[in-house]
Amino acid sequence: MANTSNISPAAIAVNRFGLGARADDIVPNEPKKWLLDQFIQYQAKPASLANQANTVNLIAEYSQQQQEMRKADDAEKKEMKRTFTREVKDTYQDAVSARAAAALTSSTPFMERLVHFWANHFAVSIEKPAIADLAGAFEFEAIRPNILGNFKDLLFAVERHPAMLIYLDQAKSIGPNSKAGSRSAEKQPDKKRGLNENLAREILELHTLGVRSGYMQEDVTEFARALTGWSIAGMGKDKAISDETNGFVFRPQFHEPGERNMMGKAYSQSGKAQAEAILTDLAYSQATATHLATKLARHFVSDTPPESLVNKLTQAYMTSNGDLSKVYRALIDAPESWLVAPAKFKTPWEWLISTLRGLGRQNLDNIKIAQILNQLGQQTWKPGSPAGFDDIAATWAAPNALLRRVELTQRLVAPFGDKLDARVLADKLLFGAVSDQTKTAISRSESASTGLALLLVSPEFLRR
Amino acid sequence: MHNMANNMNRRSFLRMLSAGAGVLLASPYISFASAETDRRFIFIIQRGAADGLNTVIPYADPAYAKLRGALAIDVSQATKLDSMFALHPSLAETAKLYANKQALFVHAVASPYRSRSHFDGQNVLETFGTTAYQIKDGWMNRLLTLLPSAQNEAIAFAATVPMALRGKIEVASYAPSALPQASDDLLMRVNQLYAEDAQLHSLWTAAMEANNMADDIGAKQDPASFGKLAASFLAKPDGPRVAMIETGGWDTHTAQEGRLARQLKSLDSMIAAIHDGLGPIWQKTTIVIATEFGRTAAANGTGGTDHGTGSTAMILGGDVNGGRVLADWPGLSNSALYEGRDLKPTTNLASLIASISSASFRLDPTQVNKVLFTEANKTKTIAIEGLLRT
Repeated sequence: MANTSNISPAAIAVNRFGLGARADDIVPNEPKKWLLDQFIQYQAKPASLANQANTVNLIAEYSQQQQEMRKADDAEKKEMKRTFTREVKDTYQDAVSARAAAALTSSTPFMERLVHFWANHFAVSIEKPAIADLAGAFEFEAIRPNILGNFKDLLFAVERHPAMLIYLDQAKSIGPNSKAGSRSAEKQPDKKRGLNENLAREILELHTLGVRSGYMQEDVTEFARALTGWSIAGMGKDKAISDETNGFVFRPQFHEPGERNMMGKAYSQSGKAQAEAILTDLAYSQATATHLATKLARHFVSDTPPESLVNKLTQAYMTSNGDLSKVYRALIDAPESWLVAPAKFKTPWEWLISTLRGLGRQNLDNIKIAQILNQLGQQTWKPGSPAGFDDIAATWAAPNALLRRVELTQRLVAPFGDKLDARVLADKLLFGAVSDQTKTAISRSESASTGLALLLVSPEFLRR
Repeated sequence: MHNMANNMNRRSFLRMLSAGAGVLLASPYISFASAETDRRFIFIIQRGAADGLNTVIPYADPAYAKLRGALAIDVSQATKLDSMFALHPSLAETAKLYANKQALFVHAVASPYRSRSHFDGQNVLETFGTTAYQIKDGWMNRLLTLLPSAQNEAIAFAATVPMALRGKIEVASYAPSALPQASDDLLMRVNQLYAEDAQLHSLWTAAMEANNMADDIGAKQDPASFGKLAASFLAKPDGPRVAMIETGGWDTHTAQEGRLARQLKSLDSMIAAIHDGLGPIWQKTTIVIATEFGRTAAANGTGGTDHGTGSTAMILGGDVNGGRVLADWPGLSNSALYEGRDLKPTTNLASLIASISSASFRLDPTQVNKVLFTEANKTKTIAIEGLLRT
C-alpha cells in the first residue's frame, strides 16, 4: 500500500474536497480558508454555461415539435422523429460538455463538487426523452443557484422543476375527487385518470426523510393526494401559463379536495399551499437532517462515515434550520474530514475530471465527454433510478470498470507525448505523496505517455 | 489503434498473465473441494419492480380485467398456459420453452420485503436478509462458497459487480466496451503497478481473466448480442459456472402497455440468444428471472401501475420441470389483496431461489439454507421440491 503519512492538508483540500489538482494551481497554504473562500467566489452561472437553453424555451420547443409530429403524415413523421431524437441528443451532449467544462476550469472546485452531489441526490434519469432534453437545465437552474442557501429553497426549486415533475410522473397525477378526476370517471369509466404516487414516495424516501424513517404507505398516498395539481405549463395543447419562470404550474382542477393527514399531522391548506406546507415540514425534520448529513459525510469522507461526523453535520443542520452553508462549514471544521488515509475510490466522473485537470487541459475540444462517461459506466444524468448513482467503492471498483479507465487513459494521454513529465506532474498532483511503487513504475515506463498513463491510473490517483 | 498481429500478441500475453495470477491465487483447499460440477446457473434480475400480473396473466381471475381496465392484456393475443394463466404475447420464444416443458412460472412470489422501496427491495432480493442492508454480501457469492474451488468462478455481465455477487469470493465482470484496447505493454505495467495494492491487484487479475475469455466477441449491446455474449462465456468448459445479468426499465408508472411489451420483448430475445448460444450445455443450465416486488393490482391514474408486492418469477433450463405455472393463487378480489392493493405473496421468493440453486448444483438443501440465510429467516424457509426433472 502507498505510504499515506505524508498526505498534506492542502492535498486533502484539493483532491478530496475539490476536483483534483491542476499543475498550474497555486498550492493553498491555508486549506480551510481556501475552501471557505469558495462560498463567496462561487458563480452559479459561470461563462461555460452561458449559452445553455433555459427550461421554458426547451419545453416550448419540445411541445411544438410534438404537435407538429402529430399533424404530419406517416412518412414525414418518421423523418421528423429522427431529426427530433438527434436534436434532443445534441442538447443533452452539449449540456454534459458544458457541465464538464465548468468543472475543468473552475476556481471553486469544492462548490462544483457540491453541485454534482446535489444533482445526484435529486437525481433525474434520461431514459425518458423529455429528461434528456431537460436534465442540464434542471441542474443549471434548480440546483446551481441553491447549493449555498437553505435546504428548503433547494427542495422547492427541485420539486417544482418540470424535469422532476415529468421524471417522477407528477405532472399528470390527478386527485380522484378533483374536478378533472370526476369528469374523467364519468366520460371514460374504464380509463379513468387518477393518482400517481411516484414523486410523493421518492421525496420521502430519497429527497428528505430517508427510507425506514417511520412513514407508512398511507403517508405516501396522502402526500400524493396533496401534491395533485403540481404540474407544468405548455405541454401539448395546454394553454396554462406558468406561475413561475421555470415552467411550473398549479392546476386547481387536478387537486384532490380536502384535508390531508400525514404522519399524525393535519394539513388543512387548500391548493398548492397544502403540499408546500408538507414539504416545509419535511425540510426541517430531524430525519431529513440525519439523512442529508449521512450522505454528505459519505460523499466527502468515507463510505462508512464516522458517527461523530454525521452527528456534527446533523446538529449544524438543525441549529441553523437547514442552512446548507453552515453544514458545509461543520464538514470543513471537523477533524474527521482531514484523516490522511484516502478512503474514497473516485467515481468515473470524479476520476475523469481530475484526470483532465491533471493533464492541464483548458478546453474539451475533441473530447466527447458524454460518450466517454458512458463507456466508463457512469453516463451523466442517467443513474437509471431516482436514487442516483451509488457513492461507495463497491459499486465503482470493479474489474471491467478498472480496465476501461486504463484503456481510456491511453487515449487521453496520447496528445501529450513528451510535453509533460510524469515524474514532475506526479509530485504536483499528489502534493509529494507518491508511493515508491508508483515512482518506480513511472520511471521505468518505455515512453513519456506511458508514464503519464500510469500516474493517472495509479492507486493514489484512483482514490481521494 | 491495433491490428491482427497485435491482437494475437495480446491474447497470448493475457493467457500468460492470467495463468500466472491463477498460480498465485490458487486455493490451498483445492484437494478438499467437493465434486466437480458441469452445471450452469444464471440469475437475471429485473430492476424496477416488473409487473407479474401482465407477464403471467391470471386471465381467468374474475377481478383481473376490471382492476386493469385498459391495461388488461387481451387474452386472445396471449399464449394460454393453462385454464388460469396466459403469457404476455411479447414472450414468444419463452412460450416455446414452455411448450417444451423447459419453462416454469411461479406466481404470487415475493421476498420477505414489504415496504415498496426499489432500492431496499433489491437489496433484500440480492442479499437474502430479512431487512435491507442487514447482510453485507450477496447470496450468489455465498452460494459460490459451496462449489468446488476450481469451479466457483462467477461473472457479472456488467462493468461493475452487482450486490448479489459481491462478497468474499472474487468475481469477474465483463461488458463489451467501445474503447480502444490498451497496449500489452501498458497492461503489463499496470499489473506491476498494482502488485502491492490488495484491492486493485485482485480487481485487475479478474479483469484480465475475463478479457482473455472474451477476445473474439464484438461490442454490440442489444439484448440478443448480450445473450450471445453471456452464452459464449458459459459454454466454455473452463468458463464461469455462475453468472448474473441485470435488466432495468421495469418501473412502469406511466405508458405501461408499450413499455412493458418492449421490455419483455428484449428479455425474450436475450433468453433465446442464451438458449441458442449454449447449445448442448442448455441441458445443464438453470436460469432464474426475478424482480424486487410486483406492481399494484389495479392500474393507477396515469396509464401505469405503482409499486406493489407479489409478482412472478421464471425458471428456465433444459431439465427444468416446466410446462406449468406453480401458484398457490390468492385471488385478486378486494379482500384477497395485500393491504387492499397488491397481489398477496404466497411463495417466498428467497426459498424458491435457494431451492432451485441447491437442485441445480445437486447440493444439500440444508447446507444451502445454512449458507444463504441468516438465523432469523432460516426457520421460515420451506424447501420447494420437484423444480427439476432429475
